[in-house]
Amino acid sequence: MAHRKKNRNVGVIGVGQTKHSSHREDVNQAEMIHEAVREALDDAGLKMDDIDCLVHGNMELFEMIHQPDLWHALGTGAYGKNTFRLTTGGTTGATLFCAGDNLVASGMYDVTMVIGFEKLQEGHTTGGITNMADPLWTRSIQTGALTGTCAYDLIQEFGEERANQVAMMYRIIMDQHAGLNPKAHRAFGLEWDQMDHLIKTSARLVGELKIIDMCSQSDGACAVIMATEEKAKELSDNPVWIRDHITVHREESFTMLGYDQATVPPLTHKVAAEALFKRNGISKPADYFDVFEMYDPSSWWGVDWLRAFFLLEGDEHLKLVEEKEIAIGGKIPVNPSGGVIASNPIGATALVRPAEACLQVRGDAGPHQIPTPVNHALASGFGGTMWTVLIMLEKELGW
Amino acid sequence: MKEGFDTTDCFLVDGKLALPYTYFAGRVGSKFLTTIRDEKKIMGIKCNKCNKVFVPPRQTCDVCMEDIRDNWVDVQNTGKVTNFTVVRYDDKHLPKKAPYVLAMIQLDGADTPLVHVVEGIDLDKAKIGMKVQAVFAKETTNTILDIDHFAPA
Repeated sequence: MAHRKKNRNVGVIGVGQTKHSSHREDVNQAEMIHEAVREALDDAGLKMDDIDCLVHGNMELFEMIHQPDLWHALGTGAYGKNTFRLTTGGTTGATLFCAGDNLVASGMYDVTMVIGFEKLQEGHTTGGITNMADPLWTRSIQTGALTGTCAYDLIQEFGEERANQVAMMYRIIMDQHAGLNPKAHRAFGLEWDQMDHLIKTSARLVGELKIIDMCSQSDGACAVIMATEEKAKELSDNPVWIRDHITVHREESFTMLGYDQATVPPLTHKVAAEALFKRNGISKPADYFDVFEMYDPSSWWGVDWLRAFFLLEGDEHLKLVEEKEIAIGGKIPVNPSGGVIASNPIGATALVRPAEACLQVRGDAGPHQIPTPVNHALASGFGGTMWTVLIMLEKELGW
Repeated sequence: MKEGFDTTDCFLVDGKLALPYTYFAGRVGSKFLTTIRDEKKIMGIKCNKCNKVFVPPRQTCDVCMEDIRDNWVDVQNTGKVTNFTVVRYDDKHLPKKAPYVLAMIQLDGADTPLVHVVEGIDLDKAKIGMKVQAVFAKETTNTILDIDHFAPA
């Protein structure tokens, strides 16, 4: 695919997030967004006057609002500024991040703020998602974001006992990470001795996908400020550099409903990882990266996608989980924030991934900061119907 | 050549999607409505930087980016029409039976106008600058329609 070197380097100089929660009845949408915007501005030491351009995004239809960016101007600071709105489903937040990078790299703007939000409790998520399906073939029979295919595949490939054990280990690791992140929505305090009980008793939603495996529905917002290399060095002591990113997607409605194992289409995550790492000369991503913030909508997907993103073979991805190498303190910590299973304000979720990765690079993640230095970070976004956005972040320039 | 497209044997798929929602008004919006409901009083919020009084109120001044949530001020129940139109069609979502005057009303003491309905005047007498006053609803709906309408002052 066509890809050129960036016109100029771009650094992340400010990150802000709300505390993610099941209900934010104390604030309206603009007020909640403003909390993230204020935190990002304070983090960067900037005022709204310093921002040249805004990009706003969330899921279409989820709060039943048309053009939410217009009245969110009360909280985003968009008054008098060039503003764009983006919506690419679950990947929206990651697309916002890429768009911000492109807008600055292109030379159009020196300092850009991107803002993702969602108040899932105000709308009807499955009602909104159902709209993406073709009215003739799948709209009336699909199950929204809930799919059992991945669990089925893992069980087929690795056996019921091992697949269930690994998925639940992944789930408990994520919960323990979420317990360290004061901004995470859900942290149950799950313990290792609950594993077998949870596997047996958690209610099945679709196939082997259990309620405990699935991500939350959250209210929350995230804002990230990016600047040119020159501005970033002038304004920030610790900019995090956006090295490269890639977007891959395809229409997936039919394969979601089951496919012929002889003609399995390639996973977009794998296509993205292969292309991105090839053009950046990285052959062993699990060795190269120090931390990975993955968009993991369920524990089954989380486990399965490790293999695709890290270009692993056989059961190497299962071993990473079984040996707890993906936990904080492990070889390649995944989602020290607790990930998407813990917090999922969808339009913000895929922006929280690179935002959290930036905090890890800076060493500013707080209680869930990983103990070893982070020089290279990876972040991913995911959305229906099989969209991947994959983002590489660096502590130092000169790769 | 035949006019139009040949639609023989083409399905039309009839669909219906329910998209229920709940809106969290926030503290500022909630106080504005409960003050109208319980005290028949309209309040605004003032930005101490640009001195604007916002009605309806907001938590942040979008121009100055100041947090103004606590700067409540009373405004009058009277004001002037800054713009208007006449709604001449009926539909389920509309608050009144057509025809009626839909207006922007800047209350005395406020700097920003509020959208509402003006009743009690001949439609051809409505004009920009006319003085109006709030008429409160007898029964609450916990919405902006707790002001039932504005009438000529």
